[in-house]
Parts: sequence; C-alpha cells; structure tokens
Amino acid sequence: MSARIFTRTNPSALKQCLARTGTNSTLARSTRAATAAPCASLFTFRSPLEAPTGKLYEGHIPISPLQRTILAVGSAFTALANPLRGDMVAALGETTSGIFLNRIRDQMLQDPEGRRILRERPVITSETMQLDTLRQLPDGTFGREYVRFLDDQQVSPDTREPVHFVDSEELAYVMQRYRETHDFYHTLTGLPVTVDGEIALKWFEMAQTGLPMTMLSSFFGPLRLSSEERKRLFNVYVPWALENGSTSKLLMNVRWEEWMEKPVEEVQRELGVRPCPQV
Amino acid sequence: MASRTALQQLSRRAATLVNVASPSRTAGFSTLTKVLHQHNAANNSNNSSSSSSSSSQPETHFGFQNVPESMKEALVKQVFANVATKYDIMNDVMSGGVHRLWKDHFMRTLAPTPGTKLLDVAGGTGDIAMRFLDYCKETHGDNTAQVTVFDINPNMLEVGKERFTKTPYHNTSQVSFMEGNAENLEHIPDNSMDAYTIAFGIRNCTHVDRVLKEAYRVLKPGGRFMCLEFSKVENPVISKVYDVFSFDVIPTMGQIVANDRDSYQYLVESIRKFPPQKEFAKMIKDAGFTVMGQGYEDLTFGVAAIHSGFKL
Repeated sequence: MSARIFTRTNPSALKQCLARTGTNSTLARSTRAATAAPCASLFTFRSPLEAPTGKLYEGHIPISPLQRTILAVGSAFTALANPLRGDMVAALGETTSGIFLNRIRDQMLQDPEGRRILRERPVITSETMQLDTLRQLPDGTFGREYVRFLDDQQVSPDTREPVHFVDSEELAYVMQRYRETHDFYHTLTGLPVTVDGEIALKWFEMAQTGLPMTMLSSFFGPLRLSSEERKRLFNVYVPWALENGSTSKLLMNVRWEEWMEKPVEEVQRELGVRPCPQV
Repeated sequence: MASRTALQQLSRRAATLVNVASPSRTAGFSTLTKVLHQHNAANNSNNSSSSSSSSSQPETHFGFQNVPESMKEALVKQVFANVATKYDIMNDVMSGGVHRLWKDHFMRTLAPTPGTKLLDVAGGTGDIAMRFLDYCKETHGDNTAQVTVFDINPNMLEVGKERFTKTPYHNTSQVSFMEGNAENLEHIPDNSMDAYTIAFGIRNCTHVDRVLKEAYRVLKPGGRFMCLEFSKVENPVISKVYDVFSFDVIPTMGQIVANDRDSYQYLVESIRKFPPQKEFAKMIKDAGFTVMGQGYEDLTFGVAAIHSGFKL
C-alpha cells in the first residue's frame, strides 16, 4: 500500500526504477501492478501535464490534470453565464466529480438493485424506453406521466451529452446513468423544468449524491433568479428537497425501467419521496 | 479508384454532417472525428479484404496523423468551416491579443505605397486586408490601394464580408473577395499583383511548393511575397512553456469557447508539422524568389515568423 502511494505512473520513471532495483524487488512488482491497472488511481503521483490513462471507452477524452483544472474553471463560468451550453454543464460535472463518483458507485454496490444496474448497465434512450408503449399506459402511471413530461417540454432522452472526462469505464457509466435518470426525478418529485425547479432538483440531488456539481449549481444557480423566485426557492423548495433527498432511498439504485407501470403515488411512497408542494 | 470514391463519399458526408448540426451542439468534435474514424475503418476493411500491399495514394500529414493527400483538403475545409464564426475570438484567446501586434508589424514591414494591388491569400476574415487599406489611408492618405481577399473556405469569406460591411471600404472597388485554391490561382493573370501576402494559412495547404510557385507567377517583377506563419521556437525554456500552452491550454479553450476541441488540436499539431524558419526560407528561394539576408524575421521568440521574398 505504501509503495503504491509513491508510485509514479510515468512509464519512463518505471523503466528507470526497474533498471535500478532489478525486476525481483517488491517495489518493482507493485509498481508494475499499479501501472498495469486500467483506471487512474487518485492516490498515485501524476505529472500535471500528462493524461493519466489512454482511451478507456467510446467518447473518452483523456486529459492532463492541468487541462482538467482549466476546463473545470472555464466551464463553471461558461455554464453560469450561458446555462444553455449543455456541453459545458456536462464538462463541469465530469471534471469536478473526482472521488464522489466512487462513493456513489460504492453505495450502488451495497443495494441489490444497484448491483444489478452496475452489472447489466441499462442505457436510457428513446428505443430502450419504448416511448410509444409508454404513451398507451393509463393516466397516473409513472410511465404515462414521464412521457407526458417529455412531450410537454419537447425533449427526448437522446439529447444528453455523452461522458468524456471520467477516467474510469465503470464510473463513466455511473455518471451517464446519473444524467440519464434526471428526467425521472422530475416526474417523481413533480418539480417543473423552470430554472428554479431545476435548482430545487439540484438541492435534492446534493442531499442524495453529494456531487460537487450539484453544490455549485445549488449555491450559484440562485444568483440568476429574481428575488421572488429566490424567496420561493428557499422558503418552500429547498427545505422540501433537503428533507426528502436525505431520507429517501438512493435514487441511483432504482431500476426505473421496471417501475413504469406503477402509479406515481405508489412509486413516491415506495421510494420515500413526498411530492413537492405546488406553489 | 475505390479510395477516390470513398473520399468523395466521406467529404460529402462530412458536408452534410456540418449542415445538420444544431446550433446549441456545434458539430466540430463529433463530425471531424467521425470522418477520420470512418476513413480509418474503411482503410482497415480495405486492407484486410484485399490481398495486395498498401494503397497507392500518397500520404501527407494532417496534424500528427497521416491521411491521403486528396483527403487533407476536405479535412482542412471542415476545420475552418467549424471555427469560422469563432475564429477572431479564439485568435485573441489563444494569443492573448498578441496576434494583433504581429499583424500590425507585418503590415508595417510590407509598407505598401499608394495604388498597391495586394493579393491576400487565405485572407478569410480579413485581418490583413483591413490593415492594408487602413495603412494606405492613414500613412499616404490614399484611396486607390486594392486588395483581393482570397480563401478556399466560403464560411471564412462570409465572416470577412460581414466584417467589411462595418468599414468605409464596403461596396468600394478597394476590396474584393474571391474563393479558390491557393495552389491554383487560375483566374489571376501572370505578373498582375504588386504584393502577395499569406498570413497563418500556408501551413494548411497540402502542397506548399505549388503555392509558392503560383505566388511567383502572379506577382509583377519587383513584387513582394510575404508570409506570416507560426514557426519554431529555438529557446528551450520558452519552447517547453509554449508546448504546454499549445497542447494543454489551447484545445481546452477551444472546447470552452467554441465546443470544438478537435479543430484546435489539429491547428496546434499542424504548427509542429510545418518546416522551421531556415527550411521554409530555402523553399521560398527554390520557388524563384530573391531573399534578403536570412529571408525571415522571428516574432515573439520564434512563435511566429515573417518570411519575405522579391520577384526580380
């Protein structure tokens, strides 16, 4: 363990190390094992100018820690100034996710449904969700309300930006799943897709996941609101979000695809979420 | 030839991909890599299916990758179609505004006299052309200088025309726009131009020697060829800082400002692939130009360089 902390993932340093100590030493063996790992560990020293891994999955863009910092800062300002830049919002989330995605993944591993999701890796697109079938469901069911929400807002599950900057294949899936299930959170909580509704949902997600991206949106997002919207946000939505977000089941563990035919109230009851007060 | 039809399909598909991109999710990243991946996939399938040896298409560099020569033009066209609307902002971001100083110095070095006819190749958004006309007006009080802004990319020319509408030169005979390939200036007669400039364009051309030969052809005897281009930094400390800035900061800024990492990655890689100062000066001499002294002047430690030659 101690050897791993001082290991450099720089391959030329590895070669020098092997040449100096001989291939049989335990240091060299653990070094080789560490560099053979496919995902970047946060606990090895990395040069700020080199990308820590090669390309690990479709759409992966390996970036160096320096690039990551610049991108995090730049995307934060760009996303605040122009929230319609979905790619910048996504980049901010990915560059700041760091160790928090690990925690979400670990929490998923502790729940049987979450484990199933990580194993089967379902993807949410308009084909896999079979939107036409969902439209046939009776009113009041989760699936019917979900499609009604999509049609009203004129969005589809296909417009999400893919994950680019997470240096692990599994964590990239966790991030992708987090993004794709966002629309279900709207249906579940009853929050509208207005700016204050989205911010309230970010407070809810912050209580659930603790991602820095949700914290940034929660604290800086309200700067863009009018004072009346802010008052409503902090008097009504935020207390509701914090209470329900922390007591409900972790929504990352929910296999939404299997809850489509249940009535919305039953889903809310089973997950421990009270509907948001409509103001 | 199979590869030529494949190229045509790819460039046609690239063109349609650019057109259908929605404004909020600009196409740059996905289409450029899509075109390149499709090309690589087609290449791999061709190579595995056919039993003969490697394709007979000569290859050239596109950034750090190798592509068939015939494909480079389509790819460069794609890059500049993507960056056209954000070109000027990104120039300021990437150089910290220093590119303006370079271009000002470039125009003062050219020092045009009244009535000069300038061909500004790869003139795109019109930075050099505007400085040329302003110089003649302010230094000589002259309104007879003429510039033809010449570019291979219609999107860049559109941006240039848009910028010129806000100047007093709009709708005068002082500025005209022409679309075409610098390697083949067929509509420009021999010995017709007093000066030829190409700023930050020649490294994107597939055949630099042909561009130089055409430049020589269209210039009048006594005419001057001037090229402003990124070049090699000799100082090792500054070179290292420049490398970090080029490969880490610039593509990230391209992503933040223009949502297009790949185009700016190509741009910084193409700088590394261009011949250094002395070699390019030799190429200019080989094309027939007479150079004074070394033939070039370094700007900002060699980040950029002005090469110059006369047709005598």
